[in-house]
Amino acid sequence: MQHYLEFEKELATLEGKATELRSGNSSSGNPADNREAEKLEKKASNLLKELYNELTPWHKCQIARHPERPHASTYIERLMSEFIPLSGDRKFSEDKAIIGGLARLNDLPLVVIGHEKGNDTKSRIEHNFGMARPEGYRKATRLMEIADRFSLPVITLIDTPGAYPGKGAEERGQAEAIASSIEKCLQIKVPLISVIIGEGGSGGAVALASSNKVIMLEHSIYSVISPEGCASILWKNSDKMREAAEALRLTAKDLSKLGVIDEIISEPIGGAHRNIDEIIPRVGIAIERSLKKYHKQSPEAILEDRRNKFLNIGKLRL
Amino acid sequence: MNWISNYVRPKINAIFSKKDTPENLWTKCPSCGMMLFHREVKDSLYVCNGCGHHMQISSTERLLSLFDGGIYSPIETEDVLEDPLQFKDTKKYAERIRETRKITGEKDAMVISMGDIGKLKVTVAVQNFNFMGGSMGMAVGNSIIAGVNNSLKHKTPFVLFSAAGGARMQESILSLMQMPRSIVAIQSLREEKLPYVVVLTNPTTGGVTASYAMLGDVTLAEPNALICFAGPRVIEQTIREKLPEGFQKSEYLLEHGMIDQVIPRDKIKNELIILLHILMKKPRAIRGNIKKAGEEKSSALK
Ligand SMILES: [Zn+2]
Repeated sequence: MQHYLEFEKELATLEGKATELRSGNSSSGNPADNREAEKLEKKASNLLKELYNELTPWHKCQIARHPERPHASTYIERLMSEFIPLSGDRKFSEDKAIIGGLARLNDLPLVVIGHEKGNDTKSRIEHNFGMARPEGYRKATRLMEIADRFSLPVITLIDTPGAYPGKGAEERGQAEAIASSIEKCLQIKVPLISVIIGEGGSGGAVALASSNKVIMLEHSIYSVISPEGCASILWKNSDKMREAAEALRLTAKDLSKLGVIDEIISEPIGGAHRNIDEIIPRVGIAIERSLKKYHKQSPEAILEDRRNKFLNIGKLRL
Repeated sequence: MNWISNYVRPKINAIFSKKDTPENLWTKCPSCGMMLFHREVKDSLYVCNGCGHHMQISSTERLLSLFDGGIYSPIETEDVLEDPLQFKDTKKYAERIRETRKITGEKDAMVISMGDIGKLKVTVAVQNFNFMGGSMGMAVGNSIIAGVNNSLKHKTPFVLFSAAGGARMQESILSLMQMPRSIVAIQSLREEKLPYVVVLTNPTTGGVTASYAMLGDVTLAEPNALICFAGPRVIEQTIREKLPEGFQKSEYLLEHGMIDQVIPRDKIKNELIILLHILMKKPRAIRGNIKKAGEEKSSALK
């Protein structure tokens, strides 16, 4: 069953009624009901267009977190022609909040790393809702080292509410693990391309997104703090998340103006989850196109390009 | 640049000329409640004589206590674009920062200076918690870059005293970008084999800990400082885990292998002299150059 967002209530009613009419007469084939269903579907499709034409930043937060939004595992499964998963940080444990491995995009060998949120209760718990512990970042660091050693480009798929705030995570050096993962991003001499496919949550996101090129899906978000967290700290009222989402400038469009991200991939009407077949190849093409740019660059130039990108951030206004 | 001609002796006078009115003659230790004579607290670098609690120390007083003879020169940092996001919560950020500058007399939350520590030239960054919680925004990023550039230019070690509630939310994504940005700077120190020493002070949290503050070649911490990524309140609220005594304090981090040493404020200078001389492969520091931190101020006044 389709999951509807808070601002899609009217849409849910229309689409629900249409489905009911169609399923109710599947055997009898009542032409009047079919006509009515068609009318409702037309109305729903117009409404969908309308809604998605005037999305607020808070709406985008909801879309970015949509439970049916394609996750890292979806992209890996459907985009990569081969995939060998790699596990563990070799220090403490395996953290399934970050997945990754050796892969092939068409014929091109590479390393892919991504936050994985899971898509049902069981897998969400298994992947800790995409919130990594130090082991996750240390695994990512290890994978980036492998990529560097074998001159394989790295693709990171960003989708996390943030790093996991827990006792054990803190004791085992969450801060150090994130810092070292960022440092590794800024050390490897192979192209590093990030795609923010859903939620780019703070330090947990930038740990894997300190890249040559940051690509963002149209309705993804990228922020230093969640709108809810920001609202409760700055407004002292967590109900002010709409205002906070506005103020944080966390949309792809604003981040592009600020020079923080480099490319936006447009999403199907109604968001990536409404048409996964359409979004997957778009992401694939964007990654391939980005990698081409570094094809003829020396390893040193690739690293230099990445470092300069970050040194130069902060020179643009909205 | 003749940095020695430019030292900050006038600032010393500014500190000492403050009227010792009866109201600020005494300070109450926030930890043990002991009443402390103001002048004594200053001399002990804001460490309680009763219980050893480390109180906030201003960046100026920190620098005076650290550099030989209290002599140092401030290093210019590049100005940032003012409020490129036009951020507004319950108040405009532009207004908030203007007021903070007026109250603190500082441009932003991190100052860079250079001077001698045990006759060794050192670049020092001090993060000021009193400036919007020491928060890391573009200006802090620029300070780190300026500090590192100064280190590279003069071939000095870089010592950073951290203190921050984390990223500056009013600069949103641009504050987050200071994590990789500051690390790019730190990497050029590594490449030139110049020591990067971090002294963690209370509190150091969030994106600051998760970037430049945890990447020192050597990491020291003042006693009982809160050092973490996610703060204890956040953990208790979201995870509902009961936290043990002393959790996320310097001593706890030492035990968990996250830092090299917990060191009282008045011993930091000596420790830095010795370890920086070793890392820079300089001859052993002369004993006479190693003074008790409190002595620096009085010698600077002569
Ligand atoms: Zn005390």
